[in-house]
Amino acid sequence: MDLSYGPKYEAFRAEVRDFLEKHRDQAPRSGDGLRSERTLAWQKLLIEHGYAARTIPKEYGGYGAEPDILASRIIAEEFAAAQVSPGLGGQGISMLVPVLLEMGTEEQKREFIGPTLRGELIWCQGYSEPGAGSDLASLTTSARLVRSQGERQAERSSADGDEWVINGQKIWTSTAHLADWMFCLVRTEPDAPKHQGISFLLLRMDTPGIEVRPLVDMTGNANFNEVFFTDVRVPKHQIVGERGQGWLVANAVLKHERDSLGNPDATLSRLNALIALMRRETLDGRPLIEHPVYRDRLMKLHARVTALRCNDLRILSARINGGDAGLARLIVKLQGTELRHELEGLAIDVMGELGLAYGDNPYLRDGGSWQFQYMFFLGLIIGGGTSQIQKNIISERGLGLPKEPKVETR
Amino acid sequence: MDFGLSHEQTLLADNVSRFLQDRAPLERVRRFAEERRDDDIWQGLTELGIPGLLVAEEHGGVGLSCLDAAVVAEVLGYHVTPAPFLGTAVAAPIALAAAGAAQHERLAQIAAGRLRVGLAVGEAIGTRADAGVTADAGRLSGKALFVTDFPADCYLVADRHRRLHLVEANADGVGTRALTTIDRTRPTGELVLNGAPAEPLGDDPALLERVLDVARVMLAADTLGAAQSMLDKAVAYAKERRQFNRPIGSFQAVKHMCAEMAAEIEPCRAMIWYAAHALDHLPDEAHSNACQTKAHLAEVGKFVAKTATEVHGGMGFTDLLGLHYWFKRIGYNRQMLGAPELLRDEAARALGLYDTA
Repeated sequence: MDLSYGPKYEAFRAEVRDFLEKHRDQAPRSGDGLRSERTLAWQKLLIEHGYAARTIPKEYGGYGAEPDILASRIIAEEFAAAQVSPGLGGQGISMLVPVLLEMGTEEQKREFIGPTLRGELIWCQGYSEPGAGSDLASLTTSARLVRSQGERQAERSSADGDEWVINGQKIWTSTAHLADWMFCLVRTEPDAPKHQGISFLLLRMDTPGIEVRPLVDMTGNANFNEVFFTDVRVPKHQIVGERGQGWLVANAVLKHERDSLGNPDATLSRLNALIALMRRETLDGRPLIEHPVYRDRLMKLHARVTALRCNDLRILSARINGGDAGLARLIVKLQGTELRHELEGLAIDVMGELGLAYGDNPYLRDGGSWQFQYMFFLGLIIGGGTSQIQKNIISERGLGLPKEPKVETR
Repeated sequence: MDFGLSHEQTLLADNVSRFLQDRAPLERVRRFAEERRDDDIWQGLTELGIPGLLVAEEHGGVGLSCLDAAVVAEVLGYHVTPAPFLGTAVAAPIALAAAGAAQHERLAQIAAGRLRVGLAVGEAIGTRADAGVTADAGRLSGKALFVTDFPADCYLVADRHRRLHLVEANADGVGTRALTTIDRTRPTGELVLNGAPAEPLGDDPALLERVLDVARVMLAADTLGAAQSMLDKAVAYAKERRQFNRPIGSFQAVKHMCAEMAAEIEPCRAMIWYAAHALDHLPDEAHSNACQTKAHLAEVGKFVAKTATEVHGGMGFTDLLGLHYWFKRIGYNRQMLGAPELLRDEAARALGLYDTA
């Protein structure tokens, strides 16, 4: 057991702190949009210093450092501690870029990675469909290769055509209303077994035939959408991987998403905010923290946060040493999102009627963040593989329990 | 940065585990539960150096860390091992170490597996019934309930002012009585003291706190081992037992119970490593972490004990399978040295979340 990062890394930490000290005034503020000058300039500065896109090769617009888990960790810790924006995230940077690095053609890497990292291209992810949620591989949005008008006029004959024609519908598509491009899964081989009939396509959101309709969620926000495709034509080369390989690509991305949810540092800062709330707010004139029943509930959560933070250190350590923490990793999405939902809910409980305040209520506390996050995390419990799907994964992959027998389908 | 067990710690766990698998299987645990004595197991553990784990080398021990001891505690819990570990191998070496040379003989006897020390400090956490010990001019009077490692050669006793004393079992004014508890693998008793002569172990209440914290982390580790064992048994049973023409483990209702147990247990492993490490290296966090870790393991243990039993269906409820030994061990650990509500309150105070004044 050695919890120190060592002198080399402590020196690196000092560098990061120094950077933050000098440049924090340039960081975007809460009102700055994804395309604001400030946001884009900050992202550029972070990439130049290796605090964003750190391990992406230089030739594709990254910083080009060797992967170093501890260095990345230190950057994350210091930006979080300073409460300064760690740069752009989003599905383009966190999911598409790794996929392109692994599976993309050289042209795709050059065309998309740099602008995505710099925030010039915003992406959305077209996976889920009304009929394909937990059973994502049953998706039915279709793409057929056809000959374009140009090709027909030129009398060039290719056996299978030069354009995909897409028809169908996607749902829960976050940021589709803002995005320039979408990466999506479509069925290209209708006669193949369901996992082998899917392809991974890239398409511009301004392509004719695409309609985006916002979906208002329970928090009152409309961050995700339904996206409808009617004879949407996409050039043939905008595929990542081979025809029918889309499921492999998608799984690499989903694994990435699962690992990134349930961040224990963010949970710790919410726990501290809850403690501050319980010291500040009173019931019958006494601070809430002095009420034994509420305090006991707080301490129960406190222990669970500690356990997950220790678990996270164990995973980090295993990754540094080239190992896999196994079960410790498989449980993170389930436990992290459920714990966070409970934590936000406890803040509402301790506030009682005050906890009901929302929107423009003058008694609103902490900007209404407790109610908002309470609902938002219910969305995260469901999205990215529901808690029930997580339990299937834990029991089947982690504990070796048998899969449920397949029901004959037609 | 290396958050985990060292190669040596893994080896230590493997060695103890192998010994217990061979020499202390469930039949031996059952026999112990009836006869309340099994010197072979303690003898074997002594050969592996277990009683002297926390005894310094100059007193004939191995001089290892609290994390090493927690690794062993987890294995003992996994095998529901009847052994005088908590008082003798954990509390006594820590309580006596402060006295150094003056306690050399006792420490050497402990390391050699020849001296058993019971832990009689329950009243320092909360007084139940008519318990409570007072010290007056080197003599102790009153009652200490739920004393561990019973019967022992001598006892570590806490008085009402949170000072520790050592009392010889055969001294004048010492009455002892065995107390039956649910956990037959942990013989427990009471001390009735009537002006019994005692050796004071200093005036500093910090010594008692330290003993309690280390013992709490060991109880938590014992629960982790017991819970992991129950999960392993439940998973094995769910793979084997068939109903409706399929293994019950293929039903989501059953596999989700197993997943929930694993999801609760797994972070506890890292939590205990951290708490045990803190006992030796992070003095500011040691106390609150020990309290929170034990309280958390009490909750996780309770959940796993119930759920794993349910996965076994009717068989889980029988004596035939013996699963109840683990269920009861976890129940014992939950109440001893602080039930979870008391420990959470203690941790909240230690973290400065509120003033007691």
